[in-house]
Amino acid sequence: MSPLALVASGSFEPPSAYDFWHPLVGDGPFALTRPMILIAFSVLVLAVFFLVTSNRRAMVPGKLQFAAEGVYGFVRNGVALDILGRREFRPYVPMLFTMFTLILVNNVFGIIPFIQYPTFSRIAFPIALTLIVFVVYHAIGIRRRGLGGYFKSLMPAGVPIILAPLVYLLELATYFITRPLTLALRLFANMFAGHMMLLVFALGGEYLLLHTDSVVLQAASIGSFLMFILMTFFELLVQALQAYVFVLLAAFYIAGSLEDAH
Amino acid sequence: MTSPVLAAAASEGSEGWWSGVAYPIIPHPGEIIIGLIAFSILYVVMAKFVVPRFEQTFEERREAIEGGMEKAERAQAEAERTLAEYKQQLAEAREEAGRIREEARAQGAQILEEMRQRAESEAQRVTESAQRQIASERQQAMLSLRGEVGGLATELASRIVGESLADEARQSRVVDRFLEDLERGERESMPLGGTGGGSHPVGDPDAGGGVLGFLKRGRS
Repeated sequence: MSPLALVASGSFEPPSAYDFWHPLVGDGPFALTRPMILIAFSVLVLAVFFLVTSNRRAMVPGKLQFAAEGVYGFVRNGVALDILGRREFRPYVPMLFTMFTLILVNNVFGIIPFIQYPTFSRIAFPIALTLIVFVVYHAIGIRRRGLGGYFKSLMPAGVPIILAPLVYLLELATYFITRPLTLALRLFANMFAGHMMLLVFALGGEYLLLHTDSVVLQAASIGSFLMFILMTFFELLVQALQAYVFVLLAAFYIAGSLEDAH
Repeated sequence: MTSPVLAAAASEGSEGWWSGVAYPIIPHPGEIIIGLIAFSILYVVMAKFVVPRFEQTFEERREAIEGGMEKAERAQAEAERTLAEYKQQLAEAREEAGRIREEARAQGAQILEEMRQRAESEAQRVTESAQRQIASERQQAMLSLRGEVGGLATELASRIVGESLADEARQSRVVDRFLEDLERGERESMPLGGTGGGSHPVGDPDAGGGVLGFLKRGRS
């Protein structure tokens, strides 16, 4: 971030994972970091926004209320109702709605000026949400079928007896390793890579413009900045998409546990 | 924030893998905890306030829309019913008017027919009575004429011939024959009374004046 380092070294220092480490107070495992502040800020913003917009309850909504209801209706009908079914979707709406809005806002932080930091590019936050999804869908399954019944239900029906142990191992791995791992990693990696790409174009452009002697290279910085702007819009798309994908998959996993027969 | 990698690595031993260059996928424990807390707080707000309010709003709106639609449907049905009623009333009124017109026409025709019949019968009656009167008058005239003419002729003849025709029977016969000749010669189509005209009373004062003229015309 700081051009001083680049000047000092004299050669271009590409952005690294280190650019995501922003400790504010302390430096250890429980240091107060910038993404902590950001996620707390997002919680405050979301809580205030939705408390205000949901409190109006006008029959004919204004712009803000309409937008808030649109987001809520999208998660409620487009995700929860569609995937979980009319009978059982209600209890999971708050969780899916909270996750969607939290991820969306924190992702969009990545391109908001002066914030410019996608909180979920720190893997701890995707892991926190995945942990909740993981616990919820296993808890539902165990509560519905009992512990033994749940583990028995993980076995798909109609598998030949010879293949059964292998298939069962794969299923176990799917439910306990692959699903949570991919859920967390997908969100983290998208945000991490996207932000890294923006850093490359921003820092690269800056380096070309300010720290090179050649006019050709300085002119090339225009391309770098243009790419930065283009990628910013692309990032907005990815950020919204990843928020949607996360709740969509969470709903799928929950729906799998809600199903009567496996 | 970007300090040279070597400096970062060398600077503090307290830095964990979560902060290092090589391990961006090692979670920072504090961030996991904060993430869980942040989610929990937002979840409570959403579940306790936001979601129920939105659900209530959706429900109220749905009810309002359904209520409005129901009301509109009711109004529509009412309007259709009224229209049908009006149409029926109109048709009934038309039918009634047609019926009345038809009745009036029939009544008028009947009245006309009655009047005509009455007039006809009246005319017929008048004609008949006139004819009857004429016939009877003529008969009367004929009879009185016959007697008078007979008397006159007889007297005339007796004067001319000098022969007394006192005898009733002969007198009558002569008169009849004379009259028959007379009739045959001039007015065959006119039927006359039977024989024995002389036996009827003669000398109708009204007829008396015209008898001679009648005879004269008959002669010529």
